[in-house]
Amino acid sequence: MTETTHTVAFTTERLAKAKEIIARYPEGKQKSALLPLLHLAQEQYGWVSPEVMDYVAGLLNILPIEVYEVASFYTMFHLDPVGKHVIEYCRTGPCCLMGGEDVYGYLKTKLGINTGETTPDGKFTIKEVECLAACGWGPVFQVREKYYMNLTNDKIDEIIDELSKD
Amino acid sequence: MPVKILTEHINVPGIDTFEVYRKMGGYTAVEKALKKMTPEEIVEEVKKSGVRGRGGAGFPMGMKWSFLAKPEGVPRYLVCNADESEPGTFKDHYLMKNNPHLLIEGMIVSSFALGANKSFIYVRGELMYVIHILEKAIEEAKAAGFLGKNILGTGYDLELVVQPGGGAYICGEETALLESLEGKRGNPRNKPPFPAVKGLYQCPTVVNNVESISNTPWIVNNGGEAYAALGVGRSTGTKLISVSGHVNKPGVYEIPLGITVEDFIYADEWCGGIRPGHHLKAVVAGGSSVPILPANLILTLANGDKRLMTYESLSDGGFATGTMLGSGGFIVMDETTCIVRNTLTFARFYHHESCGQCSPCREGTGWMDKVLDRIEHGKGNMRDIDLLVDVAKKIEGNTICPLGDAAAWPIAAAIRHFRHEFEWHVTHPLEATKPGAVYRGEMELV
Repeated sequence: MTETTHTVAFTTERLAKAKEIIARYPEGKQKSALLPLLHLAQEQYGWVSPEVMDYVAGLLNILPIEVYEVASFYTMFHLDPVGKHVIEYCRTGPCCLMGGEDVYGYLKTKLGINTGETTPDGKFTIKEVECLAACGWGPVFQVREKYYMNLTNDKIDEIIDELSKD
Repeated sequence: MPVKILTEHINVPGIDTFEVYRKMGGYTAVEKALKKMTPEEIVEEVKKSGVRGRGGAGFPMGMKWSFLAKPEGVPRYLVCNADESEPGTFKDHYLMKNNPHLLIEGMIVSSFALGANKSFIYVRGELMYVIHILEKAIEEAKAAGFLGKNILGTGYDLELVVQPGGGAYICGEETALLESLEGKRGNPRNKPPFPAVKGLYQCPTVVNNVESISNTPWIVNNGGEAYAALGVGRSTGTKLISVSGHVNKPGVYEIPLGITVEDFIYADEWCGGIRPGHHLKAVVAGGSSVPILPANLILTLANGDKRLMTYESLSDGGFATGTMLGSGGFIVMDETTCIVRNTLTFARFYHHESCGQCSPCREGTGWMDKVLDRIEHGKGNMRDIDLLVDVAKKIEGNTICPLGDAAAWPIAAAIRHFRHEFEWHVTHPLEATKPGAVYRGEMELV
């Protein structure tokens, strides 16, 4: 074990939550807890590092590779460090019909970064994602658990102002 | 007023709480089902209702239930598919966030009917806030004695688990969903065996969509025949339609199956028409996977009759002149829409979402994305258009799961009905690549 491995651990509260999640599944089927645990880990660390994945593997008593292959399959898990606020905008058809490309262009100009980049102060990362199931309320982006809908340039100004304070 | 089965109380303040939901008649179906009916009787009512799977495939729900294997001593599972990811579709999102107890009630009566004691609701991970809403509703139902051990003193036990996905469209395919629920990559399984025989943890499993399950309390309360009396022919009951795009009132509507497409688009009760000053150009009627239709074909059948919002009428004419009801993701486009660009966003979507298991889909979706991108950016040639059709044809029917078909159909249909727009991108690259450029030539608008 490397030194970093020792430093990775759920907070007491999250560890209790993790144990509660693991107990939801039938005996011997604890691997089912993998996705919920990865979400929990990402909530704590902001992203899912190899050390975090090894830690999760340990909790579930599975091989690290079983975690790596899953974490890399699902797009919600950030496998590289990200900014404090990750803005994930929907680039699929219906949002584009509602002027999404223009609004997202404004967002990128405003933050001075492109998709996949993080602002130098580490506050914002922009990612593009596929359909977020909010097509009638597009254009849409998501920051952590929160949906921001019917986006306009003005709304983006307000949202960024608000998030910048945090 | 048309009957509302799913959304009658959706705007009642506090309907997301147990107290208000109960006051509006909620959980009476659980009382009736558990105390006065046998599981077999419930399955029979669902069969009689004719309700069809609302996730997109439209397979009769009662028949799916009746396939469930029941070996002695083996647990059976009900899994609710709330992985709603089909572009244009957001009805389950709307239903769960506003009226979570309806789904919980449906899960209880459906689990009882199938003999499941542990059931799962698999929600796409992006909807984490909806997961919290559902978990709160489950706690409330449990506190009131409608979930947990010995429900209402009947001896029936049920535990509900809400499971988050991780951001993968493919997990809406039922066997990929089961893999994901087992903590694996979402690679669809070969069938047979079907989930009804070997599903979750290799046990008999039924996977049903949110909207499908949410219909069951009404069916238990009112009977399958009353449900079947609504709608037209084999399209029974109501359907949630998610409307996006260039209409005056985008949103989710519960329609009686059988109204005309024209009414649905133009009547104030529904979409309220195309946004002012614009005209209808095309519609994708059932989520991004189904064929796009130009205005005249979506409104009218080949024989001149008006097209109806039913499974049968929307597919009338096959893919030559028809489409599918699918998931009810109704995307409306006016004359400002570039069909090539819109098709490219879909191609990019399927390329991104292919799980990579089958070569025709893994490679084909990538090629279609690249070739379309080339055409959209004025670098294509005429052969590219036929190449797209050829690739689409070689994906279709050659993959383990329907994602391949879903990727191929929209591209083939866009070229079938709007070939001149693709050709225009090839012949007029300078014009076509200007920002916001749209083909304005030969085009039938309504």
